[in-house]
Amino acid sequence: MNYLEFLLMRPEISLLSIFVIIFLFDLMATGRYRRIFHGIVCLLMLAHTYICMTGSAEEITLFGGMYYNNPMLSFMKAMLTCGSILVILQANRWLRSASTYYKQGEFYILMLSTLIGMYFMLSARHFLLLFIGIELASLPLACLVAFDKYRHHSAEAGIKYILSSMFSSAVMLYGISFLYGSCGTLYFSDMATILSGSPIHIFALVMFFAGLGFKISLVPFHLWTADSYQGAPTVVTAYLSVISKGAAVFTLFIVLTKVFANMIVEWQAIIYILTIASITIANLFAIKQHDIKRFMAFSSISQAGYIMLAVINGTAHGMTAMVFYILVYIVANLAVFGVIESIEHQCTDGVKREDFNGFYRSNPRLAFLMTLALFSLAGIPPFAGFFSKFFVFMSAFDAGFMILVFIALINTVISLYYYLLIVKAMFINQNDNPIKPIKCDLFTRISLTFCLLGIVFLGICSFVYINIDKLSF
Amino acid sequence: MELAIYILALPLLSFLILGLVGKNLSHKVAGILGTLSLMVCTVIAYSVAVTYFGAGRSEDGLFPTLMPYNYTWLPLGGNLSIDMGVLIDPISVMMLVVITTVSLMVHIYSLGYMKGEKGFQRYYAFLSLFTFSMLGLVVATNIFQMYVFWELVGVSSYLLIGFYYTKPAAIAASKKAFIVTRFADLFFLIGILIYGYYTQDFSFTINESILLSASAVLPLALGLMFVGGAGKSAMFPLHIWLPDAMEGPTPVSALIHAATMVVAGVYLVARMFPLFVGYAPETLSMIAYVGAFTALYAAVVACVQTDIKRVLAFSTISQIAFMMVALGVCTSTDPHKGGLGYMASMFHLFTHAMFKGLLFLGAGAIIHAVHSNEKEHMGGLRKYMPITHITFLVACLAIAGIPPFSGFFSKDEILTACYDYSVIMGMFMSIVAALTAFYMFRLYYLIFWGKSLYEEQLNSYNSGIIKEKPHKPHEAPICMTAPLVILATITCFAGFIPFGEFISSNGHAYEIHLRTEVAISSILFAIAGIVIATIMYKSGESKLTKAINQSCKGFIKAAYRRFYMDELWMFITKKIIFNCISRPIAWFDKKVIDGSMDMLATITQRLADFVRPMQSGNIQSYSVWFLSGTLALVLILLYLM
Repeated sequence: MNYLEFLLMRPEISLLSIFVIIFLFDLMATGRYRRIFHGIVCLLMLAHTYICMTGSAEEITLFGGMYYNNPMLSFMKAMLTCGSILVILQANRWLRSASTYYKQGEFYILMLSTLIGMYFMLSARHFLLLFIGIELASLPLACLVAFDKYRHHSAEAGIKYILSSMFSSAVMLYGISFLYGSCGTLYFSDMATILSGSPIHIFALVMFFAGLGFKISLVPFHLWTADSYQGAPTVVTAYLSVISKGAAVFTLFIVLTKVFANMIVEWQAIIYILTIASITIANLFAIKQHDIKRFMAFSSISQAGYIMLAVINGTAHGMTAMVFYILVYIVANLAVFGVIESIEHQCTDGVKREDFNGFYRSNPRLAFLMTLALFSLAGIPPFAGFFSKFFVFMSAFDAGFMILVFIALINTVISLYYYLLIVKAMFINQNDNPIKPIKCDLFTRISLTFCLLGIVFLGICSFVYINIDKLSF
Repeated sequence: MELAIYILALPLLSFLILGLVGKNLSHKVAGILGTLSLMVCTVIAYSVAVTYFGAGRSEDGLFPTLMPYNYTWLPLGGNLSIDMGVLIDPISVMMLVVITTVSLMVHIYSLGYMKGEKGFQRYYAFLSLFTFSMLGLVVATNIFQMYVFWELVGVSSYLLIGFYYTKPAAIAASKKAFIVTRFADLFFLIGILIYGYYTQDFSFTINESILLSASAVLPLALGLMFVGGAGKSAMFPLHIWLPDAMEGPTPVSALIHAATMVVAGVYLVARMFPLFVGYAPETLSMIAYVGAFTALYAAVVACVQTDIKRVLAFSTISQIAFMMVALGVCTSTDPHKGGLGYMASMFHLFTHAMFKGLLFLGAGAIIHAVHSNEKEHMGGLRKYMPITHITFLVACLAIAGIPPFSGFFSKDEILTACYDYSVIMGMFMSIVAALTAFYMFRLYYLIFWGKSLYEEQLNSYNSGIIKEKPHKPHEAPICMTAPLVILATITCFAGFIPFGEFISSNGHAYEIHLRTEVAISSILFAIAGIVIATIMYKSGESKLTKAINQSCKGFIKAAYRRFYMDELWMFITKKIIFNCISRPIAWFDKKVIDGSMDMLATITQRLADFVRPMQSGNIQSYSVWFLSGTLALVLILLYLM
C-alpha cells in the first residue's frame, strides 16, 4: 500500500486537518480566544473550500479503485462545504446562547464529521467505504438533532432520528449483502458488469434505494422528517434539509448510474413511483401545517421529489440539472431557515405561520428576503428556482417521462399555494403585535446576503449552469 | 473599442445606486450623480466614435464591424443560442452618439425642470435605466438581445410616462403606451422566432446559403418584425400611444418620445436592411406606403392641435414616418442606384433627434414658465424668454427644411430618394414637408407672437378687474437654457457633416450632393408653408383664419379628434374583441379552468385530511410504513413490470 496516496485526497485531508485544529482549539482556548472561535471556524472553512476547488483538476483513482475524485465531485464537495459555511454563519446567535455556549466546539466537530462522511459518500467506489461514509454522515447528525438535549422536543427528535436511521441502515446493509452475495465483489466497477436485473438484484436495489431514500426523505421513507425537523435546533434542521439531503442525492445518482446502469428500467420505475408519491403526499401534508419548521420539512420532501426528476434522467444532462437544482435549493432553503432562526427566540412555542402576520411592517428586509426565497422555492421567474425547476423538468422530459412532468407541474401549483400563504401572512394579514424588529448579527447577515445574491443571480447568470454542464460526467 | 462596455455599465450602475439607495440621497446629490455618470458615458461614446471612424476603412473600403464583447447567454440547443454583447458598426456608433448626447442634455435640463419634484431620485434612476436599455438596444449583436433591451426600453418608458403616478391621465397614458407597444412586440417576437427557427441563428449576419434556404419565410418574419418596429415608432395605426405619452415629464418626452426610443423601429429596419432589400422588397414597399400615409396623417392632425406637446408629438410621428419612408423607398444597397434612402434616413434620424429634442426642451421651458400646455395660455412670450425664443425658432427652421439648418439637408436627401422611387411619392412627401413647415410655424407664432396673456391680465389687474396679480413668465434657469443653446448650435451646423462618408447603404463612402431641382422645390414648399402660417397666425388668429376654420369646421374637428382613431381602437377592443373573444374566454377560464383548479383544491384538501394518520408521531408505525413501502416496491417491480 502506498501511503502517499493519502496525500492525493486533498478535500478529505484538508477537512480533516481543520477538524483537528478545531478540536485542539476547543480543548485549549479559553476566555477571549473562545469569543473569536466562530469567526475562526468560518475562515478555516473558507480556506478549505478554496483548497477543495483548486488542485483537483484531474481524475484521481486511489486504493485500488476504492476512492475516486474528479472536478465534478470536487465541485459537489465544495458546494456542500459552502452550504455548511452558510449554516455555520447562521448558527452564531444560537451557539452564543447560555445553553449551548459551553459545547460550541462539539457542534463544529460533529458537523465536520458528517461532512467528511459525505465526502466519502461521494468519492466511494466500493460499497463498504460508501456504507462507512453514510454512517459517518448519519450518526453525528443524531447528536446534532438532539443538541438542545434539555429541550424535550430536541431529545425526542434525536431519538426518532437515530432509530429511523438505524432501521434504514439495516435495510440498506441487507440490500448490500445481497449484492455481495450475488456478485462476489463490492467494487462498483466490477459489480456494474455483473448486475443483470434478476429478482435478487431487484430486491437488493430496492433495499439500497430505501436506505438512501431515508436520507433524501422520499415517501414512504420520510416519516421521521417532520418530527425531527420540528424538534431539532433550527440550524441543524437547515443542515439536514439541504446538505445532508444534497449529499444523499449526489450519492444516489452516482450509484445508480455507476453500479445499476444495467438496471436503468427498474430504478427509473422506482423513481417514477417515489417521485409522484413524494411530491403529492408532501404537498398534501404541507398545506395543513401551521408550524413553520414542520411545514419546511414537507416542503423539503416535495423538493426532493423534484430533484428526483433530474436523477431519473440518468445522463450527464440530468446530473447538471440535479447539481444546479440542489445549488439553488441550498441558497433558497437556507434563506428561509435563516429568517426562521432569526425570529425563533421571539416565539415561545415554535414558529407558527400566524407568527408571520404583519412581518413586513416590522421587518421589511427580512420579509423581502423570505418572499424571494419562497418565490424561488415555488419556482416563480425570474428567481433561480424557476430556472432550476425548468431544467429538472427538461431533463425528465428528455428522458421521456411526460406524464411524470405533468403531475409534477400540477403539484407546483399546489406548492405555490402554500408558499404564498406565508407571503400573504407577511404582507397582507393584519396583526396588532407582530414580531418585533430584529437586528441580525453580522454572521447571519453575511449568510443571508449570500443567499439573496444566489436567489437573484444564479438563474440569470447562465454561466453557472453552463460551467456545471461542462463538469458533468 | 473595449471601452464600449462602460457606456452600458455606467448608466446601469447609476440606476442601481439611485434605485437602491437614492431615497437616502439629497436631490442635488442624486441629480449630479446621474448627470456625472452620463457625462463620463458621453465622453466615452464620443471617444469610441472618434477612434472608430478615425481608424478609417479597412481594405475593402468598408468600416469594419467589430464585436469587442459577445457572450453566449443562453444556449438553446443545436446551433441556436442567445448571445449578449456589444456590436460596433457605423450605425450603432452613430446611435451611441445621438443617445448619449440627447440623454446628457436631458439630464442637465432636468436638474432645473424637475427641481423640487417629489421622487426626484426615482426620476433620475429611471432616466439611467432608460439610457442603459436604449444603449443596449443599439449595440445588440443579435436580434434577440435587441428584443430583450427593446422590452426594457418599453418598461422604462412606461415607468417614466407614469412618473406622476397620482395623476389618473398619466397612469392611463402609461398603460396605453405599454399595452399598445407590447401588442406590437408580440408580432416582433413571433417574427424573431420564425427567423431564428428557419435560419438557426439570431445574429444579423447570416451567410447567403442559409438565407436562401429560408427565403420563403423571410418576408413574413421581416414583416412581423416591422410590426414591432411600427409599434415602437408609432406608425399608423399603432401611433395612438405616443400623443398620450406626453403626460410624462417634458424632458422625458424629449428623450424617449422624440429623440431615441421612438426611432428604435427605424433603427430596427435599418439593422435588418440588407435582409429587407435582398429578400423582402415587397415588405419594404409596404413600409414606404405605411410611412407615407402616417406622415401625412400625423402632419394634418398636428395642424389643429391646441396642446403644444401634442403638436410636437404628432410632428414626431410625421418625422419618423419620413425616416421610414426613406428606408422603404430603397430598392438596392447601392446608394447611387436606389439605395440613397438608407443614408438619408439615418441622417434624418440624427438631425431630427437634435432638433426635436430641442423643440421639446424648449416646450418644457415654456410650460415651466406659463404652467400650462395649452396655446390659449401662451402668446407674446418672445419678450420674456429670449433664449428659448431664438432656439425654438432655430429648431422650427430646421424641421421646416430651411437651409442652412440641419433639417434641410437630411430632409432633402429623403425627398431625393423619394423622387428616385417615383415622382408621385416625391410630390406626396414634398407636400407633407410643406405641411410640416406650416404647423411648426403655426405653433411658433401661437407661442411667441400675438397678444401676451400676461399683459392682458396685468392690465385687468391694474384696472381692478381681477384681484390676483398675474404670474410673470420668466426665462428658464441656466441649466435649462444651456442644453437649448447647445442643441441649437448642433442644429445649426449638423447639416454640414459629411454624413455619407460614415454611413451609407453599402458601407462605401457616399458624397452627399444636393440635386438642384429637389432642393429648390423643397425650399419653396417650406417657404410657402411658413408664409401661410405667418399670414394666418402671426398676430393672433386673423379674420382669414377664422373664415377658413368656419368653412371646413367638420374637417378640423375630425382632425382635432385625430380622425377618431382612438375611438376606433376603443370600439375594436371594447366592443368587438371584448365581447366576441374575451367574454367566451373569461367564461371558459372561470368555469372550466378555475373550476378544475377549485376541484383540484377541494380534492387536495380532502386528501390532506385523509393521509394525515400516516404521520402519527409513533416511531413503530414509521418503521412499518418504511418496510411495507420497500416491500411494495419490490413486489411492483417483480410482478407488475
